[in-house]
Amino acid sequence: MEQRYTKRVLILEIVTILLGLIFLIPFYFIIINSLKSFSEILLNTAAWPKEFQWNNYVEAWRRLQYPKVFLNSLLITVFSNLAIVVFCSMAAYRLVRSPNKISKIIFILFISAMVIPFQSIMIPLVRVTSQLGLLNSIPGIVIMYLGFGAGFSIFLYHGFIKSVPREIEEAAIVDGCSSFGVFWRIVFPLLKPITVTIIILNSLWIWNDFLLPLLVLQDQNLRTIPLATFFFFGQYTKQWDLALAALILGIIPLLIFFFFLQRHIIKGIIEGSIK
Amino acid sequence: MFSKRKFTQALIYTSFVGPVFFVFSMIVLIPFVLGMYYSLTSWNGVSGTIEWNGLNNFIQIFKNDLQVRDSFLFTIKFTLASVFFTNSLGFLLALLLTQKLKAKNILRTVFFIPNLIAGLLLGFIWQFIFVKGFAAIGELTGFSLFQLPWLGDATTAFWGIVIVSVWQGAGYVMVIYIAAILNIPDEVIEAARIDGANGWDLLKYIILPLIRPAITICLFLTISWAFKIFDLNFSLTGGGPFKSTESLAINIYTEAFVNNRYGLGAAKAFLFFVVVATITTLQVLYTKKKEVEA
Repeated sequence: MEQRYTKRVLILEIVTILLGLIFLIPFYFIIINSLKSFSEILLNTAAWPKEFQWNNYVEAWRRLQYPKVFLNSLLITVFSNLAIVVFCSMAAYRLVRSPNKISKIIFILFISAMVIPFQSIMIPLVRVTSQLGLLNSIPGIVIMYLGFGAGFSIFLYHGFIKSVPREIEEAAIVDGCSSFGVFWRIVFPLLKPITVTIIILNSLWIWNDFLLPLLVLQDQNLRTIPLATFFFFGQYTKQWDLALAALILGIIPLLIFFFFLQRHIIKGIIEGSIK
Repeated sequence: MFSKRKFTQALIYTSFVGPVFFVFSMIVLIPFVLGMYYSLTSWNGVSGTIEWNGLNNFIQIFKNDLQVRDSFLFTIKFTLASVFFTNSLGFLLALLLTQKLKAKNILRTVFFIPNLIAGLLLGFIWQFIFVKGFAAIGELTGFSLFQLPWLGDATTAFWGIVIVSVWQGAGYVMVIYIAAILNIPDEVIEAARIDGANGWDLLKYIILPLIRPAITICLFLTISWAFKIFDLNFSLTGGGPFKSTESLAINIYTEAFVNNRYGLGAAKAFLFFVVVATITTLQVLYTKKKEVEA
């Protein structure tokens, strides 16, 4: 669309910037108020803080047990991604390369499970996982994320692998490479673009997830960021000075993640939606 | 010799597909089937004996449960409003941000950012905005709209949740619409321009038909987000005032884990699955058919 910067574009530019500012107003409110004392929040919610109360952040950091919950969120997200990438890429590869009836049925099972909403299985899930001894443990919740993430991730890998040529693999087999060798040394590196997409989409989901951790992580020491924020609000209802600081502490990690990986995230969302 | 080779083949197959299929069965398939079984019992989640209840749970849901009816209505109304406004705004933003704007890249980020925040945190953030922020804006500007008791009244609380979900989701669908619009070949648009198409014609006859696949996927995403709304709803209004904004997902959660009626909850959960699966499947089939025609 070749256009010059006309008056019309200038007007559109102004309109869009105004819209953008409206979008940002909530952030303005929570940031300035997170730096006020409680009484000042009640008096002048819209005004700039008279004096910055950095202590709100210190208190919120301490009461959330921020380092611990951050580490829990991080461990869960990283290991879930690792498990999803390793096992789903392997499965999708074999399903594509062995096109028989069993593969077809298994693939259809994975795909059709994608329409099951989490709330439909959460009740028996708690029972099954408690009998398997997966409750209240980080490895346990990682296994659950592998189960819930499998459908979508295998679907994406499956679509991608179909376009990967077979010839190189055959050459490697002739040269005496084992099945695992062929996959990890030759095929897996070729899957990098879709692996990045899968990691990004799963990270956004797992990091922000609330209901599954609420159901299966009862131990205080295993709380994730959303979970800790939830209990924090229950305990300090409407104590907005601390609460807002806690919310901002909860938001910051993903914002940093986004600014570093912006291009990949946008690309990941687009690729994840085309398939 | 032959059978040994076949055996190794099967072993390799199992070692590749087996682990994830095993976990998937344990976490998704078995609970799903068990859920169907629980829905026919009056299990309370604690007692060791599970009593068979036949179709009684379903009969009770359809005959007596007024709350689930309200939750269902709320969820439908919310889905319609949220899907409509999220896609309209997302598409409008995509149109604006595919023009030659100087601040294009920064603005794309601005509109996308709300999507990065966990739904639970978003609900708490907006609780503050509605209760304190809106009141402050109302005092400054005198607009009566901002002085309403936003979360204290059934109608405004409904629109409150719609506003937050649009604020969160518009940026995500915007990204998909932008990609689709940028994919339209320049020549097609130039040719249309030369033939005398104005902006409206261009939108109606070129852009909208050519981005149909993006519309399919964005509708699918927004419908399933809206229908399954839990976190945001849970922290923003908690279903209130007087359960007027209780979504189906919250209703199921409460039934099972607060009221300890697992059997009844499982029956609701099964119906919930049927509704979600039917709606999303029909929508994809319908809009896909349109894609082919276009």
